[in-house]
Amino acid sequence: MSVAIEFRKVGFTAVGGQRLLEDISFAVEEGTTTVVLGRSGSGKTTLLRTVNRMVEPRSGDVLLRGQNVREPNPIALRRGMGYVIQENGLFPHMTALRNVGLVLEVMGAEPREQLMRSQDVLNAVGLEARTFGKRYPHQLSGGQRQRVGLARALAAEPSVLLMDEPFGALDPVTRAEMQDMLRELMARMRKTVLLVTHDLDEALHLGNRIVLLSQGKLVAHLGPREFLNSRNPEVEAFVRAFHRGEMSAAAEKGA
Amino acid sequence: MRDFLRRYGGHILEDFLRRYSGQIVELTLEHLWLTFAAMLFATAIAVPLGVWLTQNPRWARPVIGFANVLQTIPSLAMFGFLLPLPWLGERAARVAIVALTAYALLPILRNTYAGIRGVDPSLLSVAEAMGLTNRQRFMKVQLPLAASFILAGLRTATVTCVGIATIAAAVGAGGLGELIFRGVASIDNELVLAGAIPAALLALGCDGALGLVERLFRVPGQGSPA
Repeated sequence: MSVAIEFRKVGFTAVGGQRLLEDISFAVEEGTTTVVLGRSGSGKTTLLRTVNRMVEPRSGDVLLRGQNVREPNPIALRRGMGYVIQENGLFPHMTALRNVGLVLEVMGAEPREQLMRSQDVLNAVGLEARTFGKRYPHQLSGGQRQRVGLARALAAEPSVLLMDEPFGALDPVTRAEMQDMLRELMARMRKTVLLVTHDLDEALHLGNRIVLLSQGKLVAHLGPREFLNSRNPEVEAFVRAFHRGEMSAAAEKGA
Repeated sequence: MRDFLRRYGGHILEDFLRRYSGQIVELTLEHLWLTFAAMLFATAIAVPLGVWLTQNPRWARPVIGFANVLQTIPSLAMFGFLLPLPWLGERAARVAIVALTAYALLPILRNTYAGIRGVDPSLLSVAEAMGLTNRQRFMKVQLPLAASFILAGLRTATVTCVGIATIAAAVGAGGLGELIFRGVASIDNELVLAGAIPAALLALGCDGALGLVERLFRVPGQGSPA
């Protein structure tokens, strides 16, 4: 399988001198999902943003299909990638359809083509365009808004999707629905996905590979099953923190 | 009381209108023209300047501060200052339009600046990540999201101008202030009202009309900026 995204010794230092990323190296294969896991402040969002050059690394390189991301024009680079963030990502003055079609609009697509494509992607993420297309973001539920956000990222048919805690603001049930939808969609569309989260369950559910970052360093790069069974102390600590509730409930039952 | 009003009120109003309606219409148009010209200049200056300040924020304090100082100059004094200037002082209307423009600058400038700066930075970051150019980001995200703020500034400025334009009559620029000044000079309250009531109605009308325009540009799901 070919490599879609490759990080080569990527380092980044914040303006204040704080080292946010240190020598990060790993590769994401074409058509797979890699989840970047870590605590708040571990540098995972910064790492994600080096791919579309919202952050320029101080050292090292990011390669997209072998080409350094510094080479193309950043506008063109970004239009070739879908980007999904947590809350507030939708433009409040645009309807769902226009939000979805905006990338096509700025790329100069015909209005008719833009509309048809936007309707198709909205339907693909499970929102009936006829019902929801004309609604503004504030008229949609959190889950519906996140679906529109995903549809928007898919509108220009990018091969790479960058997702920054896409389901972070959703309740657990809606979040599970969205994860299922995303998994099914990704399996069908074969996109390369880099997803940032601090939710272990989400990482295990969605990731073909899991990368654990801690204080800007890569701690582990494993498959989901290997991750759960890892003896690496930082991985174990992360896994344990997630199962605390289960364990204490089990202990109470036993008592 | 009601009987009294019916018998005399109608008569007084009729008499009043017969005497002044011609002048009122003419002076109202003059008043509107002064206000409109000043608003045109002020908008042409303050909106681009406000946008520029959002890109060069270190100039924001001094520039908005200067507009603020202009606002504090008493209007009668402002007309007085401008009168002796060459070219400007030749025509009273020029003086009036320049003075009114000066007063209209602050609300437009302040609202343009605050409106554009107030756009949620995460939306700008998303727009950037989507590959919008700076210009597209401004035209498709910042400007539409700030539009109702900018219009609210225009509305405040217009209402202020309609009020201050009454003072322009002091330098002979015409407008409804002429009736007020004549009325004050001749201790004729009827004449003062003949200027003041239409001026007040004009201000209310402008406020209402611009309020409607502002509503058209309001971001769905968000409250009024004013």
